[in-house]
Amino acid sequence: MEAIKKHKGLVYPLNRTNIDTDQIIPKQFLKRIERTGFGQFLFYHWRFDDNGNKRQNFALNKEAYEGVTILLAGENFGCGSSREHAPWALLDYGFRVIIAPSFADIFYNNALKNGIIPIQLDEEQIGEWMKQAEETSMSLDIDLINQQITDSAGNNISFHIPAYHKEKLINGWDEIALTLKHEDKISAYEVR
Amino acid sequence: MGKPQTIIEKIWEKHVVHQEEGKPDLLYIDLHLVHEVTSPQAFEGLRLSNRKVRRPDLTYATMDHNVPTQNREVIKDKVSKKQMETLQENCKEHGIKLADMFHPDQGIVHVIGPQLGLTQPGKTIVCGDSHTSTHGAFGALAFGIGTSEVEHVLATQTIWQERPKTLNVKVEGELGPGVTAKDLILAIIAKFGVRFGTGYVIEYTGQAVRNLSMEGRMTVCNMSIEAGARAGLISPDEKTIEFLKGKEYVPDGDAYKQLADSWLQLATDEGAKYDKTVTIKAEDIEPQVSWGTNPGMCVPISGKTPDLNEVDYREDVERALEYMGLDENQPITSIEIDHVFIGSCTNSRLNDLQKAASIVDGRKVKENVRAIVVPGSFSIKMQAEKEGLDMIFKKAGFEWREAGCSMCLAMNDDIVPPGGRCASTSNRNFEGRQGNGSRTHLVSPEMAAAAAIEGHFVDVRKYAGVPS
Repeated sequence: MEAIKKHKGLVYPLNRTNIDTDQIIPKQFLKRIERTGFGQFLFYHWRFDDNGNKRQNFALNKEAYEGVTILLAGENFGCGSSREHAPWALLDYGFRVIIAPSFADIFYNNALKNGIIPIQLDEEQIGEWMKQAEETSMSLDIDLINQQITDSAGNNISFHIPAYHKEKLINGWDEIALTLKHEDKISAYEVR
Repeated sequence: MGKPQTIIEKIWEKHVVHQEEGKPDLLYIDLHLVHEVTSPQAFEGLRLSNRKVRRPDLTYATMDHNVPTQNREVIKDKVSKKQMETLQENCKEHGIKLADMFHPDQGIVHVIGPQLGLTQPGKTIVCGDSHTSTHGAFGALAFGIGTSEVEHVLATQTIWQERPKTLNVKVEGELGPGVTAKDLILAIIAKFGVRFGTGYVIEYTGQAVRNLSMEGRMTVCNMSIEAGARAGLISPDEKTIEFLKGKEYVPDGDAYKQLADSWLQLATDEGAKYDKTVTIKAEDIEPQVSWGTNPGMCVPISGKTPDLNEVDYREDVERALEYMGLDENQPITSIEIDHVFIGSCTNSRLNDLQKAASIVDGRKVKENVRAIVVPGSFSIKMQAEKEGLDMIFKKAGFEWREAGCSMCLAMNDDIVPPGGRCASTSNRNFEGRQGNGSRTHLVSPEMAAAAAIEGHFVDVRKYAGVPS
């Protein structure tokens, strides 16, 4: 996993609640055995029509949102299926940070394992940025170490992330290697 | 006597391998179920870092998500074929038992675990699939994980987990005749929402839950994830131990007796405290039908689609109605369907098929409705055929298929076409879930069967022969 300490990028506002992982990456793309290359299928049926043409009314297809790396979304982002293909697709498309009022439990974990920062903020703040980002190109500056977001108006908003998740993200640690440091305890458990 | 504990706390404490202030606990995993879709990248990860599967003996694999439910000899989809071959190779390389497409134990992973007795009370069970919560019906702590976590469990047989909060969903009173476990869980999600369980493990309690068959309990626990909870469980009782008796992976004789005793001890103690408790009255629950694009968007059969002036998140509701091709305030019974799917890890067990067959018996599927039955496992299929259920379904005009996940998520050829409308016994009505542009209405097997015959939703309780 690639370490991430800070991130500055353009915001894409997706003002919908309960965005499920079936929308993030539809099932027909889960048959591949690789971990990479899923970005092209992200939000597939929202981005493309039945003939594979871009839907002009879906904002992510607009030029203004080219190169976005921060996703703003509604409550319960990533609900439904446990497919890790969802964070793989988001990451491969370019998203490194997702900001939402709440996340589904499995998705939250899956995002962290892939070096995506899931940030939980209150609905009001997100709503404000959402509106702004719908009107004009907007960037946010995220400082994971100090747990702060700076917006284009210079406002500083702090956010919470559990310390152990933060530590893993900023170091890009391999979790299995960390766990295997407790190998003696696992073995002891197995014989008890 | 120590402090009264919930079953959740009891199982948790027994499985902690390592604990540290301010960090999640490292939990030991007793059973790791594996399928073809979420495992190839995990095995690849092991290979790249030169790691082995720590406990192949605690790991069990099957093929379910994209197996064809007819003509298995020829798999047309090359990418699917490759994925299944990869599972075969990985299992062979690491010495993992695999029930492949032609194995008598093959079936949906959450159906075969209990059927084989791999699922047992008190176990910690994980699988790269969100419906792993199903196994909670037996008083196991079972939850879905992502592929990185699959790799972690393969390599270490453990997982880092934050201690969950406990949520008691108490169902007071008894369900009325013709109201099923599926209606109960749909009503719970409709009432409390699709995220009320986030961060919690649910325990379902109360008389109506105790009264459910083990199959019914699996249906309820299965959809815990649709309420936001990674896991949902039910304390073991006599029904639980009776169900497991004689199963392939359950010991017999004295060993069984001892185990069964210890299983009963796991039940939540009198007076144990939960972090949150919600209650629902079973008597108030009618057969349910989902109208929208998440499982919380659900109403009783006597109900209507929402009034846009009376909803929160109006835009989301508008979008859902538009996707579903429905009007606001539209009576549920006026919704005509063209597909019926009876199957999935929610409702594909023998008991589900028997109940659906009792509605179908001697009747015909409505013209222009395509109806399929996909048993949850090969063994269920065999048992159903022994009882003649296949003939009842076929005579009525249903297709009778081989076991798999099938039209629940349409990874194989069982797809609802764009604009098609399906009465489905599965668990998710997300946009495109059963095929791009498909429209899903979640219902019980009985309600699906009745819809197949009438061509639109009807209150199955008014139907002759309704099992009570």
